[in-house]
Formats: sequence, structure tokens, C-alpha cells
Amino acid sequence: MADIDEIDGVSDEEVEALTAGEVLQKLEEAWLNEKFSPELLEAKTDLVDCMLEQVTEMEENIKRAKKGDFKVVLHRMEIDRIRYVLSSYLRCRLKKIERYTTHVLEQESNRKEEDVCHLSPEEFTFAKEYGTTMETHMKNLVLRHMPPNLQTMDFKQTTIRPNLDSYVFLRVIEDTDGVLVEEETLDTGEEIVDLQKGDQHIMRYKPLSGLVMSGAVSLI
Amino acid sequence: SATVAGENGLFSGVQLRHSALERNKRCLLAYLYNRLEQIKKMRWEFGSVLPPEVKFNMCEQEVQWFSKYNKMLANYMRSIGGEGGLDLTQDLKPPKTLYIEVRCLMDHGEFETQDGNILLLKKNSQHFMLRSECEHLIRQGILEHIVH
Repeated sequence: MADIDEIDGVSDEEVEALTAGEVLQKLEEAWLNEKFSPELLEAKTDLVDCMLEQVTEMEENIKRAKKGDFKVVLHRMEIDRIRYVLSSYLRCRLKKIERYTTHVLEQESNRKEEDVCHLSPEEFTFAKEYGTTMETHMKNLVLRHMPPNLQTMDFKQTTIRPNLDSYVFLRVIEDTDGVLVEEETLDTGEEIVDLQKGDQHIMRYKPLSGLVMSGAVSLI
Repeated sequence: SATVAGENGLFSGVQLRHSALERNKRCLLAYLYNRLEQIKKMRWEFGSVLPPEVKFNMCEQEVQWFSKYNKMLANYMRSIGGEGGLDLTQDLKPPKTLYIEVRCLMDHGEFETQDGNILLLKKNSQHFMLRSECEHLIRQGILEHIVH
């Protein structure tokens, strides 16, 4: 990526003091975390927007370059790769939104002001519309014909919730002490684990969700 | 009737009937939900126009749902990033090479590439094209990716 920087003269973005290479690396991290996490993580809209801008800039540069120049081939491959990572990341999020629609919307309505949003504004509109079309579809085809007391979509029974107890592989980025893995029950005591930088573990997702969002661990 | 006032003997009968009704409702909802999942998969495989054999098997409301889903998806994809958006139905696999060799399975006329070259897509002709340009033609079944 340093090669691309010097060829295109890509400068630091005004919003964050990150080079294009760093943005791509953060995007790849977010992509992998999203892929392996059972729940929908924070929306990294600034990374997506920034990367898309870079891609459009690179495409412009290609158009201006002389034909047959070897750099063009390299740039084209890089653009293909970046586009794949972006699309895969957004597709993964979309799939989770479609699967856990009511859960995601509930989470959003319970969110307090200070917490980061897990849905971008466009994703939020999509989630709401998807939920309503699904509900009206069921109403028109099935629920309309049922006896009167069964005509509502009972969301307590029908929502699909992500399985936060699934196991994930992770790599530790920052030293973290005192992660509460098992809570105290009648038979066993609490289990507290210290995570050292560079370690790789396989654990239940639930105690790690905060650490994944803060960037202290990354899923592999 | 759903209300039985004071008739203790009938409670278990009502409960049984109610559980049966709930189960039927659950089965119906599951059936419809799974059909919708299949229809969604078709949008990602075939694009926004459904082949007629598929459409024949869908009921009126499902066709309507499909067009609504199409619209929602298009709006979302258009809104990604600052301008233009990003077509998420492209780039479904990680790119291995920039150019790929393809064979034409049926006559498709002329095709202009990004560089301005014009290729004649005649049946059984082979071409060396940019992967990003011919991906959608491969998915439609017009071109076939040659792997050695």
C-alpha cells in the first residue's frame, strides 16, 4: 500500500489522520470481526465511505494513466480486492440484519444516547422496511385467515436472536486482565482469565463482546 | 368459542385445541418464511428479473414481496458511500486474477470492454476478459469460466 501512496500522492484524510493503507487495514479487521461474530457489530460507516472515496480516486487515476503502463494492472487488482472486502463486509452485515431484524431494531430502540450505533442510518431504514414487509406479507397470507385471538405476529416467540454463547477463535491485541468468563454458580466458582497480547484462544463469544468492539481482541 | 366461563371440565379440551392451533400457525409461518428465504436467494443469484419458471411457482403476494425487496435492496446499495453507491451483488468471490479466460456458451453479439475493444461473443469462442466485466455474464450463463 505504501507503493500506492507514492504513486497516487494520496494524502491523509482530513477527518482522521490515517493513511489509505491504515484505513484498509482497519476495514479488513472490521470485516473479519463481523464475519466471525454471531451478533451485529458497530457500524463503521466512516471506514466504508473513506475506502469508497479512495477507490473512485484510484479509478480516475487509472483513466488518466497511459495505456499499457504496468501500474494500471496493479491498481486494477488492488481495486478489485478492495471492492471485494467492502462488498463482503456489507453483505455480511446485511445478512445479519435480515436474519435478526426484530432483535436488531429492539436493540436500537433500547440504545442509550452515549452508546455507539450498531446500524448506519441507511441500514436502519432497510431494517425497518424489511421488518414491515415481512410482517404485512405474513398478515396477508396467513394471519388474516386465523381465528381472531391468533391474528398477531407474536414477536416474543418468533424473533431470532443471535447465539452469543457460540465459540469463537480470537487473537489478543491488548493486554487485558480480569475477563470474567464463567459466572459464579452453586457448583463452580467464578472463572477469571487474563489475556496476554499476542495470545490466541477459543472462547465463548459473550464475555468478549465488549472487548471485540473496543478493539482489544480480534476474531480470526 | 375461546371463553369458557366456570366450566372446569372443559379446560383441558380448550388447552389442547389451542396448542394445536398455535402449532398449525407456527407451521404455516415457517413454510412461508422459508419460501421467502428461497426467493431472496434468487434475487442474489439471478438478479432483479426472475426467470418465468420461477415466477410461475410464486403466488401474487410473493411476487409483490420480491419487487418490494428489490426496491429496498436497490435503495440501500445506492446509498452506500458518498455517490453512486456500491453493487453488493457483484464481487461474490475473492478475486484470484485480474483477467480470466471464458468460453461463450451462446451467441450474445458484440461486447465493448472498458478499454474500448469490441469482442464478438459467438458460441464456442474463447476470450480473455477482465474478471469484473464478465462476472455478471458468467452468472447469467452466457459465458463459462475456463479453469485449467
